[in-house]
Amino acid sequence: MGQVYDTVIIGAGPGGLAAGLYAGRAKMSAVIVAKSLPGGQAATTAELENYPGFPKGTTGPALTQAMADHTASFGTGIVQEEVVDVDLGADPKVVKVYGGKEYLARTVILAPGASPKSLHLQGEREFLGKGVSYCATCDGDFFEDLDVAVIGNGDTAVEEAMYLTRFAENVTIIVRRKEGDLRCNKSSAERAFANPKIHWMWDSAPQEIQGDGLVERLIVRNTQTGDLSELKVDGVFFFVGTEPQTGFLQGKVELDQDGYIIANDMMETSVPGVYAVGDARQKFLRQVITAAADGAIAAVAAEKYIAGRE
Amino acid sequence: MVAVDKVNFEDEVLKTDGLVLVDFWSQKCEPCLALTPAIHALSEKYADKAKFCTLDAGTNKRLSISQKVMGLPTVAFYRGGEKVAELNQSFTAEDVEVKLKELA
Repeated sequence: MGQVYDTVIIGAGPGGLAAGLYAGRAKMSAVIVAKSLPGGQAATTAELENYPGFPKGTTGPALTQAMADHTASFGTGIVQEEVVDVDLGADPKVVKVYGGKEYLARTVILAPGASPKSLHLQGEREFLGKGVSYCATCDGDFFEDLDVAVIGNGDTAVEEAMYLTRFAENVTIIVRRKEGDLRCNKSSAERAFANPKIHWMWDSAPQEIQGDGLVERLIVRNTQTGDLSELKVDGVFFFVGTEPQTGFLQGKVELDQDGYIIANDMMETSVPGVYAVGDARQKFLRQVITAAADGAIAAVAAEKYIAGRE
Repeated sequence: MVAVDKVNFEDEVLKTDGLVLVDFWSQKCEPCLALTPAIHALSEKYADKAKFCTLDAGTNKRLSISQKVMGLPTVAFYRGGEKVAELNQSFTAEDVEVKLKELA
């Protein structure tokens, strides 16, 4: 049998990185296995204004790179491999990655994160990468001097819309709610209202994306009157929430009806020695800071679990 | 992998016989950077099946848009000067390998 790690952490977003940092500092043998580079969704977030300790704000890539460096400094390895299957009931537990390699572990910390949700509009799939996007930092550049629509009105939607005004000529935010009513935090709302490049369509829902090879227009439905109108845009950015990346955990650990992992205050899941942290966990607030807190708790809980068994 | 840009795209991609894979990426695109090592590994494994090219869309915006690429990451497959297949945004290295085997 190969090396048995004290903990194998699946996912390298802020939750997984914090867990790796605490585990490493506690001298546990730990490895983080992640399909992407460290950072998770936070790495694709342009501006982070509310992570404590950064009064001038920071960026997602800068903060998560610092977290990854900090974690590595305590000896926790980070490998880029995609987990395809897990055996959480076995002793030791098994984490299998694409290509057939297996990691063995006394405990497993699940930090798979979430990904942007699709609305499944007509044209949304067809024009993916042709003007339809879920990542402003990835694709904003393409829309220099062009017009884009943003779907959604939460923190992410309004903040990413402001980021897009650096490139785009006009950014139109499509909002289902009545005029002036936004779901996002008040400081972002105030700044967005003051931004001359941002325009609003209230009582509105996107209906269909049309174009010829590339996006040319968005059909918008007025939710009060049912009337359809046409908005000429080159891009449509969707920020309508996220869904957990827990498909590989179906039947392995208890999930709620939306696929979020159920864990208690100690991050313990339905399986002994298995913990869940970050956005993939059923929780009240999904932020970098709450993911990092989850990670710290899970690593300490895992350490106690191992000590209790020895 | 061959770095292509607006100057050599036509020669290296459109005028090349056989299957050509083009990896559209940019420095700001984290998912692109995450995918890079896996694409490099595939370029070694399938060196005899396809020509592998990499295109920085951040510095070649017009060229990318002319190829109808307005989102990253994108991996496009060309043959005989025509785009024959494309993978957009939410795909894995495994998807690229499946597509390579299908087209090669």
